[in-house]
Amino acid sequence: MATMSRSQPEPQPMPSGDVPPAKRDGFPAATLMAAGVGVFVLGLMTTWAEASASMKSRLQLNDDVGPLSGKTTWAVIAFAASWVVLSVVLWKRDKCLNIALGVFAVLTVAGLVGTFPTFFQAFG
Amino acid sequence: MELSNREAWTAFHGMILGAIFLLAFSGGVASFWSLRPQWVTSAGIKERTYRLYAGTTIMAIAAWLTVLTGTYKVYVWYRAAPPSGTTDFSKYPKAALLANPDKADWHDFGMEWKEHIAWIAPILATAVAAMVIYYGPRLAHEPRIRSILLGVFVLAFGIAAVAGMMGAFITKAAPVL
Repeated sequence: MATMSRSQPEPQPMPSGDVPPAKRDGFPAATLMAAGVGVFVLGLMTTWAEASASMKSRLQLNDDVGPLSGKTTWAVIAFAASWVVLSVVLWKRDKCLNIALGVFAVLTVAGLVGTFPTFFQAFG
Repeated sequence: MELSNREAWTAFHGMILGAIFLLAFSGGVASFWSLRPQWVTSAGIKERTYRLYAGTTIMAIAAWLTVLTGTYKVYVWYRAAPPSGTTDFSKYPKAALLANPDKADWHDFGMEWKEHIAWIAPILATAVAAMVIYYGPRLAHEPRIRSILLGVFVLAFGIAAVAGMMGAFITKAAPVL
């Protein structure tokens, strides 16, 4: 019985002239950390608004939307501002992605916990 | 067959933008996965990189539009307080849920979770799109960075999926009419 075999092309090394040059990882590191800051601030504001009635009313930037308007606005401002600042600081730096990844992971997990109802409602 | 203004906005928020978000995610993941120099020629890398730009950027834009329309349009109708003495809560979804002990958790847990985590998705998606644009075709030669970006991209999608699923369930329990 004839067997069918799928012939796969042999991997061809790419001509070295076609490989784009390596890039510094300062900007990606800044971007990752800024995203973490944005997520963390959202979690912080969510929990803080639950713990403090005055904070909750201060976060009410839009009466129709309620405190969610302030929590999300501050999170986006924190993301954007930290992105600009960190990009300026880290633009010419290299080999900082590992640290940035750690910072991002910690801040993101903290932000996710802070926005989880069972957690933040415990402060109410 | 017609949709009210509120139903039209809800459909735009959840279905139209949700579909665009899903399509962009699929294109992005496929491009991330196949962006390998041992699989494609340099022309193929260029083509996949453009697809990756499109997938990640469109997903980020769709995520921002989804949270903005959700928060500043649909959520306003959802949380509107009924005038005192109201007994028919059909136009007040939040009040309708809280008035029924069997459905109150859809607000206390479902909406409270959804309204907050949904905003994480555009932040993460924007970060991924920016890093993809920064690296460009070089990303094909950076397997570790590609894995990191794919992980964050999938996380953004997963978070949006949780928010979208909660939104669908809540709309079923108490629609915005």
